Amino acid sequence: MERYYQPEIETLPYEKIREMQNEKIVKQVKHVYENVAYYRNLMDEKGVKPEDIKSVDDIKKLPFLSKADLREAYPYGLLGTDLKNCVRIQSTSGTTGKRVVAFYTQHDIDLWEDCCARAIVAAGGTNEDVCHVCYGYGLFTGGPGLNGGSHKVGCLTLPMSSGNTDRQIQFMMDLGSTILCCTPSYAAYIGETLAEKGYKPEDNKLKAGIFGAEPWTEEMRRQIEKSLGIKAYDIYGLTETSGPGVAFECSEQRGMHINEDHFYAEIIDPETGEVLPEGEKGELVFTSLDKEAFPLLRYRTRDICVLTREKCSCGRTHVRMSKPMGRSDDMLIIRGVNVFPSQIETVLLNEGYTPNYQIVVDRENNSDTLDIYVELSADQFSDKMAETQKREKVLTDAMRAMLGIGPKIHLVAPKTIVRSEGKAVRVIDKRKLHD
Amino acid sequence: MAIKQLSVFVENKPGRLIPMIKALSDAQINIRAMSIADTQDFGILRLIVSDEKKAREILSNYSIVSSIEVIAVKISDKAGALCGVLDALGDAGINIEYTYAFTASADFGAYAVMRVEDNAAAEKVLHERGFATLENADIGKI
Repeated sequence: MERYYQPEIETLPYEKIREMQNEKIVKQVKHVYENVAYYRNLMDEKGVKPEDIKSVDDIKKLPFLSKADLREAYPYGLLGTDLKNCVRIQSTSGTTGKRVVAFYTQHDIDLWEDCCARAIVAAGGTNEDVCHVCYGYGLFTGGPGLNGGSHKVGCLTLPMSSGNTDRQIQFMMDLGSTILCCTPSYAAYIGETLAEKGYKPEDNKLKAGIFGAEPWTEEMRRQIEKSLGIKAYDIYGLTETSGPGVAFECSEQRGMHINEDHFYAEIIDPETGEVLPEGEKGELVFTSLDKEAFPLLRYRTRDICVLTREKCSCGRTHVRMSKPMGRSDDMLIIRGVNVFPSQIETVLLNEGYTPNYQIVVDRENNSDTLDIYVELSADQFSDKMAETQKREKVLTDAMRAMLGIGPKIHLVAPKTIVRSEGKAVRVIDKRKLHD
Repeated sequence: MAIKQLSVFVENKPGRLIPMIKALSDAQINIRAMSIADTQDFGILRLIVSDEKKAREILSNYSIVSSIEVIAVKISDKAGALCGVLDALGDAGINIEYTYAFTASADFGAYAVMRVEDNAAAEKVLHERGFATLENADIGKI
């Protein structure tokens, strides 16, 4: 028997969803035009007035917003209400000026937490569950989002935050956690650690896991499910739109239902910006429908995926998105951390290396690996092994400080990294997450 | 007087050494002594050759080459001979960064190549204890 957190919304017939969206978009566009000068200018430049938007079909007339806009408007440029009405700030994990901050009124927090609550109930959560949240707490949206959703469902919430795996396991076993929320790679790691400690999958009380914030495969899902003895559910979201819970998986495990009463999704051709028909692969674009503090119209997520309105046996009527199949920009998500090749290049130049490098991302034992091949120059070479090894270590430490994750540095001889004639192929992502 | 050694940065991958050694062979350069130190990713190839200048030019086409001075101590081919050398350096507090050995074809003598911080100091100590060291000019003769 399928359960829903808000059945009247989650199973609303498609026509009714459209009606609701049409009503909300008119208000949302008006709200943005009146309160966000940055977007008002974009609309004026394009010659679009709020009156031109009468339904979600008209959304295609609106200009796009990208991460670059968010950076340019940092910190208050896209704020849709007075700061006195805001109660929370969250931020992306970005470093070196790539950070984006999002604002929330209590209304915005409520709708976000409702979305997370829907995800938890879809994973079988009730007020009898112990919801173990080991997403990071703080500026990162993962912990706060699932924590809020868990409260709404009435679960006994364990706000563990990330790290300290021994303590995670102790609480999990002592307090009988039944739902685990974290990144898939951390779930895999917990599974491995439990096995190392001699626990069998049936020794824990977990029944479900809600995993997101990084790309993962079907194969990895099966492995996690087996090692923890649970059913694993995917969850999607981004700080810019609110956080996790923008879309979530149901027991069908065939795509994530987008919470369409709050977020309108489009798939566009990333090159031309043209809206693509249902079922075609393209860049996912979100328009918030009822946000107050940080309303974003036509925000380009850079995630490439497919939408489907095929009927889902769970009874939910909201459109489903596939797992993101890649990104239309050069950002890499490695172990849940956003990494830009430009950051790597900055470190290399700061440390006196040439900008001839190659980044190789792969996945071993369900954990992402980052290898950076760097050309050594003649003056950096020492006949003493210890000195050259020390160079590797210094560079590794500098990278870790910049990126937040530690890469494996490989020093190579000059002119050994293949030069390309056009755009340099700096990044090789071997993770093969999607066919 | 110290002798010249070429140190070459080599990636630790199959086939990386062949073209370099082949190029030396084509140029009729004789390798008198050789050693490779390796890590998982890279190695340092150390060579003492008959024509240091020419070899350096050739190898530079393949990788980073640096020419440095090392000492080569003659050791009698007898049990315990190396101990005397090590004692001499140890007593003087001279640290050996690395060492490798080779045999000369002319006199069949054994030589230990050593990389130390201060060649002159090391040679002084060794000479005082009666050990002979090679000079660049000797490389062609031994």
